Amino acid sequence: MSNVQKQKRANKSLPFFFKDEFKVSFTIILVSTILLISTFTFDIVPPILNRGIQPATFPKGLLLLIIGLTLIVFYLSIKKPWKIEKKLPKTFFLTLFSFILFVIVSKTLDFFLAISLLSIFVSYCWGERRLFYLILVSIIFPIIVFIFFETILGLRFPPGIITNIYYQV
Amino acid sequence: MENLSLMFAPLMSSKLMIVLVFGTLFGLILGVLPGLGPTTGGALILPFTMTLDPLSAIVLLTAIYCSATYGGAITAVLINTPGTPAAAATCLDGYPLAQKGEAGRALGMATVSSTIGGIFSVVVLVFFAPLLAKLAYEFGQPEYFALAIFGLTMLASIGEGSPIKNLIAGAFGILISTIGKDFMTSIERFTYGINELSEGIGFIPVVVGLFAISEMLTQSTLLDQVFKRVALKAVKLPSLLDYKKTWKTILRSSGIGSFIGVLPAEGGTVASLIGYSEAKRWSKNPEEFGKGSVEGIAGAEAANNAATGGAMVPTLALGIPGSATTAVILTGLIIHGVRPGPDLFREQPEFLYGIFGSMLIANILFFIFGFFGAKIFARITLVPNKLLWPMIFAVSVCGTYSLSQSMLDVWIMLFFGVIGFFMRRYGFSVVPVIIGLILGELVEGTLRQSLVIFEGNWLLFLTRPIVVTFFILSFIALIFPLLRKKKV
Repeated sequence: MSNVQKQKRANKSLPFFFKDEFKVSFTIILVSTILLISTFTFDIVPPILNRGIQPATFPKGLLLLIIGLTLIVFYLSIKKPWKIEKKLPKTFFLTLFSFILFVIVSKTLDFFLAISLLSIFVSYCWGERRLFYLILVSIIFPIIVFIFFETILGLRFPPGIITNIYYQV
Repeated sequence: MENLSLMFAPLMSSKLMIVLVFGTLFGLILGVLPGLGPTTGGALILPFTMTLDPLSAIVLLTAIYCSATYGGAITAVLINTPGTPAAAATCLDGYPLAQKGEAGRALGMATVSSTIGGIFSVVVLVFFAPLLAKLAYEFGQPEYFALAIFGLTMLASIGEGSPIKNLIAGAFGILISTIGKDFMTSIERFTYGINELSEGIGFIPVVVGLFAISEMLTQSTLLDQVFKRVALKAVKLPSLLDYKKTWKTILRSSGIGSFIGVLPAEGGTVASLIGYSEAKRWSKNPEEFGKGSVEGIAGAEAANNAATGGAMVPTLALGIPGSATTAVILTGLIIHGVRPGPDLFREQPEFLYGIFGSMLIANILFFIFGFFGAKIFARITLVPNKLLWPMIFAVSVCGTYSLSQSMLDVWIMLFFGVIGFFMRRYGFSVVPVIIGLILGELVEGTLRQSLVIFEGNWLLFLTRPIVVTFFILSFIALIFPLLRKKKV
């Protein structure tokens, strides 16, 4: 029996709530429902100023459409299950983690430092071990980009420990 | 006729020529690198276009569009991986021919047929876009609403993947466009007390997130892929025998590509697949397909480049993007304060014909660069992903931040990057999200204004013949894939 057949059989025996079809549909419906509920908090325009429909009506209609279509997708997936996706590798989660790291560092320390750290982290996790290339990707290239945006586009980057040195604050 | 002479204005401007040459070269590099391509590349360069005047900005974007669509063929032929999705069908015969030691012949055929397809589509664009714009003069708010719905349903049915999933993605895109102050009443929607969201979500953070950042996450799952590159000595012009064999295929595929391009859908990719299968159907030697047939390469390449001009027709004439890349070009037009549509044809013909002319020149330029420089561009495929993507991340972050100097835009970009990754993983195309986001204001605005005109009576939509026609076409577009599936 091939690996794919084995995987298919294993997937068939899974309870429905472990299947991708359910997880994806459930997430979309859950998020849409929360958003739908929040549309009831939108301000209502008095009839005299109302042009056409209330501001909440259009998003409400869209969210109901999304929920309805997702239910159809889920129903169809019972008849024809989705293709089984490969398990996500470690490098994906490390890359995702690097985004979180980027957000934390850029909020607390420095925007430039955050880009540098993400670059070296991702490059290393993806298999780069040569020191020169790690320096190129994490220091030299971000400096070029930084100077390019600063001088040509006249951009002022948010303050931070390294950016402040550059701006001589 | 007078307007046609405006097409050659870019040739007279050294600034536009520099922009064109740069755009063509940059587009070729983007096309060659798998995972990038005209849409992601266009999205990345959008913030930089703010330093240019509107014409130069759009010329840059269209040059990238034309040349990156061709550039994908270089990678398809040499490493059996399409540089862009539109070059997927080129792999089928391009790589087998290259393996036979005829990489130069394969690339020569791809270059010639891409150029002919591209030029053919510019001719279509020059003649059909003004006609379509003239027709659109008759459109009122209800007609525009029906047209936008037709655009979205066509995208759902012709685009890649499941039509229902594409519809969900399109509705999601429109939903994003409702974030912020309601443009008719100024009532805040989905802002949750965040002041920066009052102005709504910008196009660029969403486009860069959905294309560049989600692709970075996708590449992180493909690190074990090994590419085998076929050696290339030089690109060869097709022989007389090759021309005799393929001229009908090139013309047919150019026509198919231009037509598919005009339809609001994922232009080049669908066009190349149809162009390829039609080339096989009409060929005297269909058994050669898949084994290195020059007709196969010509069929796919002429069609995908012909779709570029075709996709610009609805984009410029109606403001409805014909493909993912034209959605980015439309974004470029909007952020430069240019609203495409019939008025643009009447008020700024020099602007439009400048775009047409630069597309024509871009097709000639990529022929020259492709012919003499394919060997150099092929070497770019050797840049490892572990270096390339962190660099793209740096450019994406700075580019997104640069627009309104807001970190919120950067967070939005990362958020949509993650969403885009999971959408692609589970078969939801990200293209309808972008088109939905762009068309969102048009859909809601025209619906609400129509209801004002109709005094709230929805049934009055059915009294307008153009509206009814678009609704019927939308219905057909929706049920067509289901009927096709049943037939299969």
